[in-house]
Amino acid sequence: MELCPLIKNILLLDSEGKRIAVKYYSDDWPTNSAKEAFEKAVFAKTQKTNARTEAEITMFDNYIVVYKFVQDLHFFVTGGENENEIILATVLQGFFDAVGLLLRGNEDKKEALENLDLILLCLDEIVDGGVILETDANVIAGKVDSHSMDAGAPLSEQTITQALATAREHLARSLLQ
Amino acid sequence: MAQPLVKKDDDRDDEADYSPFLGIEKGAVLQEARVFNDPQLDPRRCSQVITKLLYLLNQGETFTKVEATEVFFAVTKLFQSKDIGLRRMVYVMIKELSPSADEVIIVTSSLMKDMTSKTDMYRANAIRVLCRITDGTLLTQIERYLKQAIVDKNPVVASAALVSGIHLLQTNPEIVKRWSNEVQEAVQSRAALVQFHALALLHQIRQNDRLAVNKLVSSLTKGSVRSPLAQCLLIRYTSQVIRESANTQAGDRPFYDFLEGCLRHKAEMVIFEAARAITELNGVTTRELTPAITVLQLFLSSSKPVLRFAAVRTLNKVAMTHPMAVTNCNIDMESLISDQNRSIATLAITTLLKTGNESSVDRLMKQITNFMSDIADEFKIVVVEAIRSLCLKFPLKHRSLMNFLSNILREEGGFDYKKAIVDSIVILIRDIPEAKETGLLHLCEFIEDCEFTYLSTQILHFLGIEGPKTSDPSKYIRYIYNRVHLENATVRAAAVSTLAKFGAMVDTLKPRIFVLLRRCLFDNDDEVRDRATLYLNTLGGDGAVVQTGEDVKEFLFGSLDIPLVNLENSLKNYEPSEESFDIYSVPREVKTQPLAEKKAPGKKPTGLGAPPAGPPSTVDAYEKLLSSIPEFANFGKLFKSSAPVELTEAETEYAVNVVKHIFDGHVVFQYNCTNTIPEQLLENVTVIVDASEAEEFAEVASKPLRSLPYDSPGQTFVAFEKPEGIPAVGKFSNMLRFIVKEVDPSTGEAEDDGVEDEYQLEELEVVAADYILKVGVSNFRNAWESMGADCERIDEYGLGPRESLAEAVNAVIDLLGMQPCEGTEVVPNNSRSHTCLLSGVYIGNVKVLVRLQFGLDGPKDVAMKLAVRSEDEAVSDAIHEIVASG
Repeated sequence: MELCPLIKNILLLDSEGKRIAVKYYSDDWPTNSAKEAFEKAVFAKTQKTNARTEAEITMFDNYIVVYKFVQDLHFFVTGGENENEIILATVLQGFFDAVGLLLRGNEDKKEALENLDLILLCLDEIVDGGVILETDANVIAGKVDSHSMDAGAPLSEQTITQALATAREHLARSLLQ
Repeated sequence: MAQPLVKKDDDRDDEADYSPFLGIEKGAVLQEARVFNDPQLDPRRCSQVITKLLYLLNQGETFTKVEATEVFFAVTKLFQSKDIGLRRMVYVMIKELSPSADEVIIVTSSLMKDMTSKTDMYRANAIRVLCRITDGTLLTQIERYLKQAIVDKNPVVASAALVSGIHLLQTNPEIVKRWSNEVQEAVQSRAALVQFHALALLHQIRQNDRLAVNKLVSSLTKGSVRSPLAQCLLIRYTSQVIRESANTQAGDRPFYDFLEGCLRHKAEMVIFEAARAITELNGVTTRELTPAITVLQLFLSSSKPVLRFAAVRTLNKVAMTHPMAVTNCNIDMESLISDQNRSIATLAITTLLKTGNESSVDRLMKQITNFMSDIADEFKIVVVEAIRSLCLKFPLKHRSLMNFLSNILREEGGFDYKKAIVDSIVILIRDIPEAKETGLLHLCEFIEDCEFTYLSTQILHFLGIEGPKTSDPSKYIRYIYNRVHLENATVRAAAVSTLAKFGAMVDTLKPRIFVLLRRCLFDNDDEVRDRATLYLNTLGGDGAVVQTGEDVKEFLFGSLDIPLVNLENSLKNYEPSEESFDIYSVPREVKTQPLAEKKAPGKKPTGLGAPPAGPPSTVDAYEKLLSSIPEFANFGKLFKSSAPVELTEAETEYAVNVVKHIFDGHVVFQYNCTNTIPEQLLENVTVIVDASEAEEFAEVASKPLRSLPYDSPGQTFVAFEKPEGIPAVGKFSNMLRFIVKEVDPSTGEAEDDGVEDEYQLEELEVVAADYILKVGVSNFRNAWESMGADCERIDEYGLGPRESLAEAVNAVIDLLGMQPCEGTEVVPNNSRSHTCLLSGVYIGNVKVLVRLQFGLDGPKDVAMKLAVRSEDEAVSDAIHEIVASG
């Protein structure tokens, strides 16, 4: 197991460091308070940095954390101290871009919470028990959003008809509510 | 899906705080979960409820066993719905609930149905869920489907089965190992991720079979791997094979070409993985390193922080073992000092400090000065430590480095940071004589404006020791006396003591010091006044300038050779009576722990914590103790006292350790005994020593211990005569003999009658190393050159197979019992040869220097070249004899 690249956790926090969605794949943080302490520390350490154009990186407590921010969404991916930093960054980028696709460009906390089901499915498709499942954002978003179209077809390749169908469905649903 | 879970508020002003989960509450959501049981399922509604449940779990909420079971059963009802979105949420929910074995049965059939469904998405997810919650028995039922799934043409399904296999291998290895044919086929898959997962699983199935892993690596390195992640894995497996093959034949390393080829891969993660693998190769050569360093150098100027960080972190590690190889990157590294990302900047600085040469120091320091003001304390400490080692490496540069340290000392900073700087200055003062005066002045300036009492008192103490030995001690007086005016009582008291030390050591300053001390008599703090009074009276402050006697100096400033804990205990037990407190009745033996700390490998200077009179103080203490015993008084000067050797296991009834005191013609064993049984008093304690395996030794005296009460250590001694000046060795067996008296725990009174008893102790050996004193030299090369080659003896030895080079080096150091110099006892990782420098004093006060050159000869065999220089060729020969017979 130790030779395989492993992800310790993936975090999506808001601009105050509160959880939107988090997923831990390692026993390093056995309790919820340990997890919260880690999130707090990560957030405090990265808050002042500008990780909006390029993913940033830091190291603390023998973990490597790569992170990227957009609006009030803070994305983090954590790995062990000997992990290949670039692999971690690739996972982060996959998560970041997939969420962007799923939120259709409206990346903010409100939109993320309203689509929390998509975010959770997205996490489920990226890493399974610490092992990287997929890093291509189009494929990830495609798998998450697959029930309105053919399985596995990337979102970017939706045809106009499909897109219209999706839009119509959305409209119908919101009217029904 | 994509709509709000509660109704949106019309008031748009609230938008900032708006959350669909505002005011969410567990009990209410669990109630809502009842919709799962509706005969007419509303998929959208159900999806929302599951999302809420998952939200609660995600926020750290927990369900009780009953709640979790209820939710689980309700969720299983949802398999009736055909809605794909809902099904996905059901899968995630089941994984989160991690149901117990009897619950799993409920969903097994539904999941197995999904696993054989025509929809790929169902198949992939059902496999992942089922494998997550399943146990061994169920696994055999679905094994057939999993094997098919591994070679499924849909990559998502194949990956799901393979990743599940990776997890299952931990719990059910025998089942997963049966899949290796399918997994092997999947390694050839055209889908990148399938290839990655298949390779990871295949390697794990075979990891204990070295030959199979070897074959796997040789076939794959020929180039059939497309996925970058799989390529990274292959690089890791390859370096493992290289490490284990440990083929030490000169010439090309197997698979090195593959690693080097990966440096030209198009994916950055592969390039980096390969570069890192090359730098971590055992005993990597400069030629092998060069291409890896070149690609890392390119990364240094990347626009991506992650790449810069990865590269500089790897180069930092390389710089520890191969500083020269990294110097090419110095220009790129220097530009990283101003990197936005402070982690990168700090790594760059410390790398530069490791690789810098003497001429670049000044330029570097200029750049660091700008940098220091905008990093956090934790980074600053790292930099300070790097500067300290740089200064020890280039003593000639001490002026600019010392200046730098004093500048940052004046700037803002927390206690740990300031302490790191002060410690560094103290170490530099101690190790670089030329830096002493400036260093002391810097410290003086610092205490003029120091907010930390601890640092002020420590520096004052240090000034008291070092200040009087300088060429012009008077210039420090002003700084010290200022403390008496301006500081709190603790610092004032410390300053008074320091003043008195100057007075005692420097006679010409005496009149001036007395004037100052007399002023302190009116201080409003008791301790300060008391100290001033004491010093004035003992140093002869009545005006007459007299030489201060040695005994007075010893009384005032000598080290207190009694452990403070023991003194404290004795003072607590002392009851005021006619008889005054006798300080000599305080037990001198520490409960071994502090001594054990001293012999711990942390031989490095630890700054203020360890005053320069470290080891001598124990020798002094032993010497005083031994000379106070009439039987041993005529043995002459104590040459060496060993560290205590335990003769009993931990936590036995009686704890005994022994210290070997070596004299020219005698050896004294000091047995430190502790009685750990509260109900016993031991009397007339002796150690019966059988020296039949130590022919050259003859017992001459023994000093029993009259009484050994509970938990109060005592000593008994046995002395042996041995041929003068000869490093005689031998083995001694020991038996503790004593009279036991029962003690009534309630009154503490011992009974009158005792019983004689014995207690077997472990054997004790006198070895050659006992005759060599660990005495370091500050500049080994100078010492070596000045000793000359007249009495040099050189020979080569084969040390046979060893765990590692480091283990061999430590074994020889222990055997000789000499002081490693210049940090040469540390063997860098991966090195195949090492030179270790030792110095010491041989019995008869003969200086000995040793240069050990180790090399690996074959896979594990260590060969050693031993060069000894000393003032006496007989001694040089003796050292060789020790090694030859060890």
